[in-house]
Formats: sequence, C-alpha cells, structure tokens
Amino acid sequence: MSAALALGDDALVLSHRLGEWAGHAPVLEEEVALANIALDLLGQARVLLSLVGDEDELAYLREERAFRNLQLVEQPNGDFAHTIARQLYFSVYQHLLYERLAAGGGEFADLAAKAVKEVAYHRDHAEQWTLRLGDGTAESHERMQAGLEALWRFTGEMFQPVEGLDATGSGVDPEELESAWLLAVTGTVERATLTLPTGPRTGAWTAGAGRQGVHTESFGRMLAEMQHLHRSHPGASW
Amino acid sequence: MVTDTPLEAELRTLAGSVPDPELPVLTLAELGVLRGVDVEGPGRVTVRLTPTYTGCPAIEAMSADIERVLHENGVPEVSVVTVLAPAWSTDDISAEGRRKLAEFGIAPPRAHSADGGPVPLTLSVRCPHCGSTETELLSRFSSTACKALRRCVACREPFDHFKEL
Repeated sequence: MSAALALGDDALVLSHRLGEWAGHAPVLEEEVALANIALDLLGQARVLLSLVGDEDELAYLREERAFRNLQLVEQPNGDFAHTIARQLYFSVYQHLLYERLAAGGGEFADLAAKAVKEVAYHRDHAEQWTLRLGDGTAESHERMQAGLEALWRFTGEMFQPVEGLDATGSGVDPEELESAWLLAVTGTVERATLTLPTGPRTGAWTAGAGRQGVHTESFGRMLAEMQHLHRSHPGASW
Repeated sequence: MVTDTPLEAELRTLAGSVPDPELPVLTLAELGVLRGVDVEGPGRVTVRLTPTYTGCPAIEAMSADIERVLHENGVPEVSVVTVLAPAWSTDDISAEGRRKLAEFGIAPPRAHSADGGPVPLTLSVRCPHCGSTETELLSRFSSTACKALRRCVACREPFDHFKEL
C-alpha cells in the first residue's frame, strides 16, 4: 500500500506540474507533448491510487504531509531546460523502475508492463531535448547545465528503499537501480556535451524527504492550486 | 483462452462494432481493445475492455457506448470492466483497421521489431496522402497520446502517425 501511494503520488504530482505548462510552452508542439506526458502520468496515478482508496479523496483531500512523492517531482517548472532536466532524471528512473516491476511479477507488474511503453516515449522525449539543448547554443547549453545542477540534490531520494518494493517481492533492488540510472543519465549528459553534476545527491536537508511526507516550500502552493476547486465545491463533476 | 458460446460470440460482435470515439473510422474490434464478453447469467453480461494508453480518456465513452448498444439489443445488465494485462499494443490493430487508418489520413503503426525495442524509429513512415516514404518527425506527441505528428517531405503535408506502442 505504501508503495502504491509513493508511485501514485510521483505520477500525480509530476502530472500536475507538467500541466502547468499549458498556455506557456515555447512552441505549440511542445505544449501538446508535455500535456500528453502529463495525461499518461495521470492515468498511471489513477490506477495506483485506486489500489489504496478513493482516487479523488486521495488527490484532493490529503494534506501536504500525507503525500509520499519524491521531492524531485514537486519542484517548480523553472525554465524549459529546468523542466527537461527534471524529466530526464525522473523518466529514466521511472522507465528503469517499471521495467523491473514488469519483469518482477509482483502486484504492480500489470500496470508496469503497460506504463513502461508509455514512459519509454517520455524518456526518449527528455533525452532528445537534453541533447538539443546541451549541444545547441551557448545559451541553451548554459540553461540545461543549470537545470541539471539545480535538481541534482533531489536525485538520491529515488534510490532510498520504499516499503513494499524490494528485490524479492517486486524485483527492485535500489542499489542496482541506482547504478543503471547513473549509467544512463551519464551517457546522455556526456553526449549532450554537458557535465554530470558532482555535488551530494542527498543530505541532512532532505530529512527523510518526500517518501516520509517531508516536502519543499513550493509543494504547499502547488497543492493549494490543485485542490482548490474540489475543496471549494465538494463533489463537483463535469 | 476459453471458447465463446454462440451468444457470447454474437454479443462480442455487437460490442466490437462500436466505433472508437476519437477515431470513428475504426471499430473497437479493429482497434483491438475488446478483450472479451462473458455471459454471467440471464440478461447479465460483463465486457472486458483494455485501454490503449493508461490515461486514455476515451475509455469512459467506449464503456458508455458498449452499454448502450447491448441495452438496445436486449441485455438489461451490462458491466464494462477495464483490464490492463496483457498490455495493449499497436500490433493488436487489425489489418482492416490499418487500411482504414491510412485511408482516413493517419499513417498506421509499424509492426514491432522482434527484439522488442521500446521506440522503433528506424523504418520510414509512409505519407498517407501521397505515399512517399520521405517523411520527417515534427513531434513525438500529437493531438492525442497515441499519435505522433509528422510532415511529408515530398508533398509538404503534415499528418498524424499512430505511433507504435
């Protein structure tokens, strides 16, 4: 149950952040792409949260401390390169994780086998943009590098053990997952003529971090916007 | 796979004839999302449906349309359930479905490579308007999650491509 909440909240929160690009993306095609990725994530979130309870109650009526998502996915969009850096870090993680869950045959295997095909496109999208921005102009290179640096300290949390996800039950070994992630991200970053950040990837400031319900400053404001309509008009529907 | 009874086969044909709400040239049977029809008792039927994408919003319209068609054909109690496994693939679209997509102006998905690579981008996609194989990718994501946006280099027309999943 806690694993379904963790993975479901990751998908829900990132879906909302990507939805914030609607009306603001640099080009129309990108707006559509980010909204499509958000929709895939929302679909995954609905399946996962429904394993735990009522999806609407979980999404709209929980307080900040009850969310179990990674701090990475709640980070504000920043500029486009910043969003792509977040997409690169997260979609490579989610792709590798779902591949393992699908092969592991545990309770998430069916969803993971379906979602891994969608996430393969998200990962490809993030990697292609990382290459274009990193190996583009001096300005795009600088911004992409800044995005990678700013989010680096949130990447260690992805490999902390999650209750209900382990090597025997679900086929996920956090250490093995971490080396696969580092290998993939390093390869893309180097091909993009960028430099892999060197600072710490977790630290005292994370205080157990999102998986324990500890979130960063901007998350409360994001939730206020996400939950406002439902809390103001309980039971409203289209 | 359990064999359908004659009644189940008939109901399956009915449910499968429902047009896709977003691509009305295709039926649900041609799209390959109808997994089965089970008669649970007199006048009581369960239909198993699988989504193309996990977040596909069309699944609710599909369920409502199936319920309506089966009600009209004398089944009072219809329950449509969503199943995820085995995951839907564009390989589940029938040959007739592919032909109709191309006729409608949407390049059909290519068959998956045997090695099972997630995003096969090597084979060219044929322009549904002029038939040229000289086409280029504009965006991996188009009007719906299941399509990519491409442009034909020969006739310059943009077109949707039902991307491989």
